[in-house]
Amino acid sequence: MIGKYALRFASLGYLAVLLVAPIGYVFWKTFEHGIAPAWHAVSTPDAVHALKVTLILTAIAVPANTVFGVLSAIAIVRHRFRGAGIFNAVVDLPLALSPVVVGLALLLLYGRGGWLGGHGVAFALPGMALATIFVSLPFVVREVVPVLREIGTEQEQAAATLGASWLQTFRRVTWPAIRWATAYGVVLTTARALGEFGAVSVISGRLSGQTESMTLYVQDRYNQYDDVGTYASSALLALLAVFTLILMTRLKPKEETQ
Amino acid sequence: MAANAGALPAAPEARRSLAPRLAVGLSTLYLSVIVLLPLAALSWKAHGWQAVTNPEAVAALKLSLGISLVVALVNAFAGTAIAWTLVRDRFVGQGLVNALVDLPFALPTIVAGLTLLILFGPKSPVNVDVSLTRWGLLLALLFVTLPFVVRTVQPVLFELDREMEEAAASLGAGRVATFLRIILPSILPAILSGVALAFARAIGEFGAVVLISGNRPFKTEVASLYIFGRIESGDSGGAAAASVVILGISFGVLIAIGALRRWVTRHDR
Amino acid sequence: MRRISLALLIALLLPTLAAGASKDTKLTLVAYSTPKDAYGQLISGFQKTQAGNGVSFSQSYGASGEQSRAVASGLDADIVAFSLEPDITSLVQKNLVAKNWNKDKYKGMVTRSVVVFIVRDGNPKKLKTWNDLLKPGVQVITPNPFTSGGARWNVMAAYGGALRAGKTPKQAIDYLSKLWKHVVAQPASAREGLTAFLNGRGDAFLAYENEAIFAQKKGQSVQFVIPKATILIENPIAVTSTSKHKTEATSFLKYLRTAAAQKIFAQNGYRPVVTAAAHGFNFPSRPQLFTIKYVGGWSKVEKQFFDPRSGVMAKIQGSSGG
Repeated sequence: MIGKYALRFASLGYLAVLLVAPIGYVFWKTFEHGIAPAWHAVSTPDAVHALKVTLILTAIAVPANTVFGVLSAIAIVRHRFRGAGIFNAVVDLPLALSPVVVGLALLLLYGRGGWLGGHGVAFALPGMALATIFVSLPFVVREVVPVLREIGTEQEQAAATLGASWLQTFRRVTWPAIRWATAYGVVLTTARALGEFGAVSVISGRLSGQTESMTLYVQDRYNQYDDVGTYASSALLALLAVFTLILMTRLKPKEETQ
Repeated sequence: MAANAGALPAAPEARRSLAPRLAVGLSTLYLSVIVLLPLAALSWKAHGWQAVTNPEAVAALKLSLGISLVVALVNAFAGTAIAWTLVRDRFVGQGLVNALVDLPFALPTIVAGLTLLILFGPKSPVNVDVSLTRWGLLLALLFVTLPFVVRTVQPVLFELDREMEEAAASLGAGRVATFLRIILPSILPAILSGVALAFARAIGEFGAVVLISGNRPFKTEVASLYIFGRIESGDSGGAAAASVVILGISFGVLIAIGALRRWVTRHDR
Repeated sequence: MRRISLALLIALLLPTLAAGASKDTKLTLVAYSTPKDAYGQLISGFQKTQAGNGVSFSQSYGASGEQSRAVASGLDADIVAFSLEPDITSLVQKNLVAKNWNKDKYKGMVTRSVVVFIVRDGNPKKLKTWNDLLKPGVQVITPNPFTSGGARWNVMAAYGGALRAGKTPKQAIDYLSKLWKHVVAQPASAREGLTAFLNGRGDAFLAYENEAIFAQKKGQSVQFVIPKATILIENPIAVTSTSKHKTEATSFLKYLRTAAAQKIFAQNGYRPVVTAAAHGFNFPSRPQLFTIKYVGGWSKVEKQFFDPRSGVMAKIQGSSGG
């Protein structure tokens, strides 16, 4: 009995220090001078445009990485192909690179003199989208793979022996089992895409009102000593991430609760 | 995976063997274009290995590696505990806490760094000053890697079949034994997945750690800051070289974690 | 019928004729982050002049080195404005800026400043000279000169300050070594450095006067002293050789050196290159002010001090720990 409360206390304590305090501080600084200055800070033309850019980048990266994630997870777990182990490790690599280096690599590839240079990828939205996809790649894969392993193949095999096509098997058997894991993967991917800064900053060119994403806008506000602007835009990003989570948990079917 | 080819009728089999090949092919193509191509461009430009062998670089690489392993380990325990609390426990505000877990990702790293410095630096409201130390570095890295293990373990814990636990309980097994023998083996692969992510992120982290760690060479300067310094000084060849080295080491660690996960699940299938 | 079709034809042609008459030019300005406010005002001012009528601007602001690298990697720019000359020199080497960009009477510079010490309220440790920074227990913060190009001004100010005090170059390098033992933090950028300092770390923060003034304007409680011996910071600006609107871009640069424009710079904390415009502003002169030429010029200094392998600072950083 004590064990249960000790665990709860320890976990919540860890979260209080490492999560609640920093997030709380961001929101406190946002509304320190009232709601009006905070609202004003995120409704300037540059802020609104930055929000649009971020939403576009997220809307590109998340579906792409979700499809890739589910496909790869099935490929890795169900169809043990040669090189699956290496494939698996490469999937995590985007995270291991510092964002500045990711941007550098993309510049080397798509910038002036690069192998694929000069096609309007670098310093424009396509380059920023590629950077965002790169850094948020692993999450859906990582969420789905453990669940796929856990549920086993019996049901899928049963469906196959009953004559179901792979599409039917996927829709009726596999997908319901990985739905929640995929949803969490989508939430993580979205949050990561929203918060992406380093790689995008190198490849974006930072043209105000054109290629400035929300995180670049936050840095701009910070550089211009605009405290409210810095925290308010960050709070907005945080709210978007929370909104995504709420959306995803709404999509979780009710009958799965234990 | 149990052999099943003999039992199936011909038509679904043919359809089934195309779909997996398509899945593998498409995923590999996507991965190559998005990840491998830029990395190839990077390796191509890598030269000037002095950038990797001088004392400051070696110190930065060692620090990044060491602290990322510590971060991964702490997350393995803390993340599992938190996932457990969010799935198996019931308390007021649980939904809110669950919603907050992903926020370390969504916050731009400059704001994360700023906030951590204010809360745990010289002007800390709770009088905890870890700035300029490796503890501060650890704190910042734990912040940005918080969601990983939590979110990979949660779905698996949720899917877990309770029958075995109930059977064990009815046979008189204590809670610790039940956890170690029945639950842990099932969630260990997920924990290792999350650990791999946490390790990779910690090694590459740039923005959030600078302010609180002070970026002191040999003491708190991480590899990513050292590499940035090389880029800024016009030595992008050396920067690429250092990046390739760090990437190679990370790749090795990730393969090792993958192998560990395969070893752990070997008995199950 | 014919009159109607003629009228229609004229109505259709009129917009094209009008467009030909107005100057539908868009200039892209790629600059470092501190003068963003200033350029906002300057662009408005320029657009009110005849030369600037109808000229619109695309603006990009970021860290000087990163912006320079972006232009080198293909970011289209008409005008580049950075915080130190080497960031333009690297573009000259890539044929993106003409070799004679600094052969005018301002040597290519558009604003000036000086290196200062930002200190605690009331300057309790009485830090006024470079030697004071070596007093026992004094903690210094400076951006890392390898990750912040602008921080190189700090190093050269310290080195030149030692020379001015009568030291030989060898002794001055020795001074740098001693100074670096007092450096407790080296954040990646100047802005982060100020954050660290304002959050309670260090007794002195090596900064630039214009950034200190700008921070004060924005409500940060910043107090600074200017040492007697300090370096004159000069910020360059140039028209790129790839610009498709060289005439308008050059007019903009010309405008920036008018008294009116230089006054705007001065209001934003910069020392003007047109000395008349400094009238009425508080920019104290320093008796032992020196320029980068005094310590050898940028090309020599970059190699001698900041080469990542063999530079003086690389050696000093390299031996500071372990």
